[in-house]
Amino acid sequence: MLQSLFNNPIRLLVAAVAALVVLTSTLAIVPEDKQALILRFGEIRGTVNRYKANEDFGRSGAGLVMRVPFFDNIQYIDKRILGINMERQQVLSTDQQRLQVDAFARFRITNPVRMYTAIRTEERLQQQLATILGSSLRNELGKRTFATLLSPERGAVMDNIQVALNREAQKYGAEIIDVRIKRADLPEGATLVAAYNRMRSARQQEATAIRAEGQKEAQIIRGNADGEAARIYAASFGKDPEFYDFYRAMQSYRQTFLGENNQGGTSIILSPDNEYLRRFRGN
Amino acid sequence: MSNDNDVSMGRRTPRGLRHFFHQISQMANSPWGNGPKDGDGGNGGDKRPGPRNPWVTPDPVDINRGRKPRGPSALDELLRKGRGGFGGGGSGGGGGGQMNLPESARLWKWGVGALVVGWLLFSSFHIVPPEKEGVVTRLGSYSRTVEPGVKLTWPAPIEQMRMEDVRAIRTMPIGSPNATDENFVLTRDQSIVDLAYEVRWSVREPQLFFFQLADPEGTIREVAESAMRATVANFDLVQAIGPGRVEIEAQVQQRMQALLDQYRAGVAIQGIAIRQADPPSQVDEAFKEVTAARQERESAINLARAYEQQVLERARGDTAAFDMIYEQYKLAPGVTRQRLYYETMENVLSNVDKTIVEPRGVTTYLPLNELQRRAAPLAEPEVATKGGQ
Repeated sequence: MLQSLFNNPIRLLVAAVAALVVLTSTLAIVPEDKQALILRFGEIRGTVNRYKANEDFGRSGAGLVMRVPFFDNIQYIDKRILGINMERQQVLSTDQQRLQVDAFARFRITNPVRMYTAIRTEERLQQQLATILGSSLRNELGKRTFATLLSPERGAVMDNIQVALNREAQKYGAEIIDVRIKRADLPEGATLVAAYNRMRSARQQEATAIRAEGQKEAQIIRGNADGEAARIYAASFGKDPEFYDFYRAMQSYRQTFLGENNQGGTSIILSPDNEYLRRFRGN
Repeated sequence: MSNDNDVSMGRRTPRGLRHFFHQISQMANSPWGNGPKDGDGGNGGDKRPGPRNPWVTPDPVDINRGRKPRGPSALDELLRKGRGGFGGGGSGGGGGGQMNLPESARLWKWGVGALVVGWLLFSSFHIVPPEKEGVVTRLGSYSRTVEPGVKLTWPAPIEQMRMEDVRAIRTMPIGSPNATDENFVLTRDQSIVDLAYEVRWSVREPQLFFFQLADPEGTIREVAESAMRATVANFDLVQAIGPGRVEIEAQVQQRMQALLDQYRAGVAIQGIAIRQADPPSQVDEAFKEVTAARQERESAINLARAYEQQVLERARGDTAAFDMIYEQYKLAPGVTRQRLYYETMENVLSNVDKTIVEPRGVTTYLPLNELQRRAAPLAEPEVATKGGQ
């Protein structure tokens, strides 16, 4: 039999294909990033490579799995961390501020059986969770003031949302790992304009303050300079005030009568009693 | 292999010969050939010809020639050779055939063998380039991560290898510095800042990177946005657009790494670079005004400094001159004083119009108008010299 099979390539080929078909319908590979449900006529017979917390790759249940050909069907469900992206929501805080909020959550399917019976596909689960996330976000943020969202307290808000969302997600066999606000923006229109105006006036205030500060600094510097100069003069001239008076007077005469703007433009009427003319009279 | 074949040929020769001719006729009867049965059924040239051999161009004479078995087509030839090659039927095909058929048989064997060997080589030898690491899965289950070099694995369906670059630092831009594309982030003082930044990351553990996250890049992007917004919300606008940037970058990196580690993403955040942190264009004017005010402050201070230097240098100069004179004056007070006085008077009086009124009580006529007009420019230098006193 084997001999004839071997001697006839066509038969060999057919046999090989048949063997391959049987093999592929009996054996299936469950990769590391998938969980598998084995379904017999739609009824769940077992699970392979279910998610377990903190397991190491290589020691999970991934690998070959046997099934009864044509009876059993394998349904793969993602084992990795999946994301939920929520549509942008408008949230009204308690102080009547409107906010545009974008959030995302990360989840993982921990109970594939429950997930499969409840909602079948990952995509539908993602949509479902996005809706739930939106409503719990609105509920939670509606209880807070606008400032809370911008403060470290935001972590607590997120934790509350995560708890609420997790409660719902459990029903679908999923576990929420993380919920985060991606954006919290002021909506276009009056709110944004008001924010801009506030920013602008704050800047103008700053600008005015800076200018005034500059003037103040300048005054102080000038005052210091004048004071220092006076000290220098006093230290020097104070040695002999009488001589200073004379010396300065001489300087002043030159300056006054010989200044650049005064070339020969001065008439001086001298009395004969003038000190300068003392010798003029010959005594 | 060929030995085995020879034995089988020898044993099966009588049956093989018959088989061979049978096969030939079978072939002629096959749907690929114009079977004699068809011809018998039709029994006339006017009837439509039976199914044609699609691999043979129909001979126009063929219809008239009746339904004789036709010569084998190229494919038939090949198939026959193939069958013959494996020794089953064709081994007894006469002296000529015995040379021919084992040759094609060997060809088949070699072909299949080469294919298998090639496939084994191709799927078991892996050259892992120096910047990459390979993740080996055995039947889907994670087996090991291999370093760069030539690595051996089991052939394809059993073990498979996926390679990932673990050295390259990838950049992911978020927001852009273009004016058209604004990425507004709220700060602690509820102001708005337009941010553009880059996340630099690399793969640290490829197996986690492959198996943990459904969408690693998308996750990194979202984590970056969330971390950036959470961090900037702890900074004031002035900090965010200026001196706080370095601090923000460091905090974002830390936050992102913590989050991604929590996800076990196998990703290392190498750094964050804020490329732009500007106030929105709507309030840009006000920010420029602040800058202008800052410049004004600087220029006012500079002017005051200039004045300071001028005044002080002047004072130092004046006093230095005075000190020098005074030193000499102390040595000979009377003479120096007289000399100074006469020199000054000489200088002054030599350049001005002089009128000397001799007797007391005589009033000369003074052209006051003219005097006053000339005196007017005098006022200025007199004022200037007062500063020194």
